[in-house]
Amino acid sequence: MRHILAFIWKHNFFFLFLLLEVVSIVLIANKSFYQRSVLSNATDRVTGGIFTTWSGITSYFSLKQENQRLAEENARLHQILTREQLTADTLTYKITDTAYNQQYIYTTANVISNSTNRRDNYIMLNKGRRHGIERDMAVINPQGVVGTVVSVSENFSWVMSLLNKHTKISARIDRLNQMGTVVWEGGNPATGTLLDIPAHVKVNKGDTIATSGYSHIFPEGIMMGTVEEIEVETGDHFYTIHFRFSADLNSLRQVYIVKNLFNSEQLELRKNIINE
Amino acid sequence: MNKAYGKDILRFFVLIAVQVLILDHINLGGYINPSLYVLFILLLPFEIPGWALLISAFLIGFSVDSFSNSTGLHTAASVFMAFLRPWVIRMAGAPAEYEGNLKPGIADMGFRWFFAYTLMLVFAHQLLLFLFEAFRLNEIGYVLIRVLAGSTFTIILIILAEYLFMQKRK
Repeated sequence: MRHILAFIWKHNFFFLFLLLEVVSIVLIANKSFYQRSVLSNATDRVTGGIFTTWSGITSYFSLKQENQRLAEENARLHQILTREQLTADTLTYKITDTAYNQQYIYTTANVISNSTNRRDNYIMLNKGRRHGIERDMAVINPQGVVGTVVSVSENFSWVMSLLNKHTKISARIDRLNQMGTVVWEGGNPATGTLLDIPAHVKVNKGDTIATSGYSHIFPEGIMMGTVEEIEVETGDHFYTIHFRFSADLNSLRQVYIVKNLFNSEQLELRKNIINE
Repeated sequence: MNKAYGKDILRFFVLIAVQVLILDHINLGGYINPSLYVLFILLLPFEIPGWALLISAFLIGFSVDSFSNSTGLHTAASVFMAFLRPWVIRMAGAPAEYEGNLKPGIADMGFRWFFAYTLMLVFAHQLLLFLFEAFRLNEIGYVLIRVLAGSTFTIILIILAEYLFMQKRK
């Protein structure tokens, strides 16, 4: 025993290295476990505080763009509203109790940290558990899909950006109603990839891609992007479609966090199927 | 002794701030994310004990990770880099005597020495960082591009920073 200790002490540099490296690799491999830990909550409080101050300073530089974006969205919403008013006396409208049927609740949040230059990019928002934010909520902005909430602390939350190797969002090509999966293959932060669209349908450049609504996270019809390049490998039955994200993920400031009120019900239902 | 490390502690915080508030948010084509903060590990004094070197590297890596939600990535790469440091110093030619408080910077060791030293360590750091980041082998081409781009830009920034903040020995 004494010899072993003496040996370890003699090579303490190597053994300390081994220990620290193993700790790091365990952290990488058990990411989701770490995200739920007390330590992660504490670091989020520190980093969140610093990012809040910093974004308070830098947000002034993009005020103009942000105003423009909000004005455009207002205009769009106005249009929908007036359309509703014109048809207000139809029968269907009267029996629809919108309060009862409401499926999604939107909360605004500010982006206090964002990156686009890594393989796995994450966004930090200034809303957390205290504001009713939970894991697996959708994050969108007026232009389109932004990401999914993956980790929540008391006052802050981390969002897995579309620009992440774990991104897998069910989407469809609007014009064709064909379902596929959106992933990000790294590199260019302005374009993503849509997989699993069968090669027998005719996809055009410029077709719009939106969320399918088949996931229990994203509402249906949230814009994702427009088709830029269509590839099909010989012998493959599915397209690889490269498309331009509609949301500019590099200039995010204001986003909406979307809570699906029927999330647990949908999950429950799915669990029942799997169990049987 | 304490005064000597005072500067390193200051550098620790300044480099983290520059890294997480500025460098992590610039976007050049999506591939380039220089890790200037490793300059902290490069500039630690020659005579620093091994355990302190490893622990410092662990702390700065962990801090950078906390700010980018990249749990463990920068920690693993930084600890690995610190582990290689004594060996690379021997390869690059250690100063004969540490007395006179020589520092592993351009001012004391000259450009050529510092460049070779930085090149080896930064490359090792970036290689491990991006390998662990991708965590799959089918993206090896992508990883290599990132390692090369990242190393190049990191080294350029480190040398710029060295010249900007270099203090001539009296």
